[in-house]
Amino acid sequence: MMASLNFKPNDFSEIPYTVYSDEEIYQQEQKHLFQGKAWHFLGLDIELPNPGDYKTMPVGDTSVIVVRNKNGNLNAMVNRCAHRGNLVCVEDHGNLDCLTCVYHNWTYDLDGNLATIAFEKGIQGQGGMAEDFDKSCHALQRLRVEEYCGLVFGSFSEEVQSLPEYFGPEMCKNIQRVLGRDMEILGRFQHGLDGNWKLYMENVRDTYHATLLHSFMTTFRLNRLSMKGAVEVSEGGLHHLTYSIRSQDNDQGQYNAKEIRAQNDEIALKAPELLESWQEFDCGTTLAIQSLFPNFSIQQLSNVITLRLIVPKGPLKSELTWWVLGAVEDTSEQRAMRIRQSNLVGPGGYIAMEDGAVVGWVRRGITGAEGKKSVLAMGGRDVERISESRCNELAVRGFWQGWHGLMEN
Amino acid sequence: MENSSTPSIDTDASLLHRIDTLNRHYGNTIDEDQLEEWPTFFIRDGRYMVTTRQNHEAGMPVGLILCDNRAMMEDRISALRIANLFEPHTYRHLIDPPVINEKSGTEYALQTSFVCFRTVQASGPEIFCTGKYLDKIIDDDGILRFKERIVVCDSERIDTLIVIPI
Repeated sequence: MMASLNFKPNDFSEIPYTVYSDEEIYQQEQKHLFQGKAWHFLGLDIELPNPGDYKTMPVGDTSVIVVRNKNGNLNAMVNRCAHRGNLVCVEDHGNLDCLTCVYHNWTYDLDGNLATIAFEKGIQGQGGMAEDFDKSCHALQRLRVEEYCGLVFGSFSEEVQSLPEYFGPEMCKNIQRVLGRDMEILGRFQHGLDGNWKLYMENVRDTYHATLLHSFMTTFRLNRLSMKGAVEVSEGGLHHLTYSIRSQDNDQGQYNAKEIRAQNDEIALKAPELLESWQEFDCGTTLAIQSLFPNFSIQQLSNVITLRLIVPKGPLKSELTWWVLGAVEDTSEQRAMRIRQSNLVGPGGYIAMEDGAVVGWVRRGITGAEGKKSVLAMGGRDVERISESRCNELAVRGFWQGWHGLMEN
Repeated sequence: MENSSTPSIDTDASLLHRIDTLNRHYGNTIDEDQLEEWPTFFIRDGRYMVTTRQNHEAGMPVGLILCDNRAMMEDRISALRIANLFEPHTYRHLIDPPVINEKSGTEYALQTSFVCFRTVQASGPEIFCTGKYLDKIIDDDGILRFKERIVVCDSERIDTLIVIPI
């Protein structure tokens, strides 16, 4: 572990600010998290329906090709020619019979095996590859690939557990609940964020800020911490789930207009159809946010179902991608409601835009804060597995427990 | 001099001028922070959508911003004024002359290129967005209004957030 990291033993309630800016820590994360014992989101299986369909995806700093082979199985391999390291796929998606590096025309089959080399035998008996060159030793670097509920994940690690074991049964249950049916993609958006990727993941797991930073929610009574709900953290802190059920709102007047910005009953939507919804889930859950370590999350907000992936772009920048989903079984009315409600999420989302902005504000706030720490003491200092209070930073502490565990590895 | 392989180009100078004026007025209204006026450029059940080229070409129905009527646009502006938190910033639109793709009675389908610069407090300006407006405009007794304005951004990637309409 780097000398610059200075966590108290088993206490993840104080976080040194250097973790959001240090180049060495960034490189260690590439090795221990992104190329280490974790699973990384590579997309949805419905994005690649046919043999030969491919897309490129970042796993940390590494470009990875995800491709459906001729047998219909999904493969993932590093987008780097075994010859000179050139990108094999320059376009970010398409359909191909084989993978060809344009630099010297080396071709690979859809399983990543090196198939042909231009001028392998030379020209008119002159040149050609060295006698000892063995094509079978020069395949594209493969990742392990597993799917769960239509989500495709890859890992560089041979040791990491299978995907359902990595998530654990509680996390699997929510993935099943939200995505365990035929889904379709209704939109995909990206925004660049002006700060370290972990600032965004902390925000995803921060149940304390939701009604404070996003005053749109309190103004229009979409969610309050006083609604019934819970925060759950998986073994070792890696993943988290928070949910709430609106029909059991229990407000006891804690929301004082003087304390909460823009909390004003006179504010009403002129087009309340924005929030028209239906009870999609028998359990009555109206908000569920789930993070899957290290940088992926699944949300159900009323009927808006989204996936988010935050990709590091150096210590001080990151890139967030949103997938907005619907269910194939939706009626046209339900589909229309999902599409209207999607105004809540994404780079222009009524209750999402602040999350992107705050990453940049924290990045600027902590510039020059070497040696100092942030405090995560709301709800205590431990990482409990479950809490019914969402006025709590336990899931953020859990992130750091998981992060620390893998980085120490 | 028309030939079947080139698209027909409408050269109705007076109509083009009226639409160009509408577009410049639209850009100016946003750039000068008269956002409460912005919905009035649309008919009552006019539609406004900001999307990306990739989503548009793939026929994706979800937008970065999606308003089905003027009331939803008014809500966007009230939320921006009262509820949402973001760093103060302004736009400067440069809008090309329009190209009329289709005319049917008093309804016109057009497309127009634009650049939108953004200045955030003391930093910038920077190019926030380039793209095209895909418009359906109605001539309503001499007043041109948008029945639909789809803002198709060239890039899939937005810097940080979008809150002010483009």
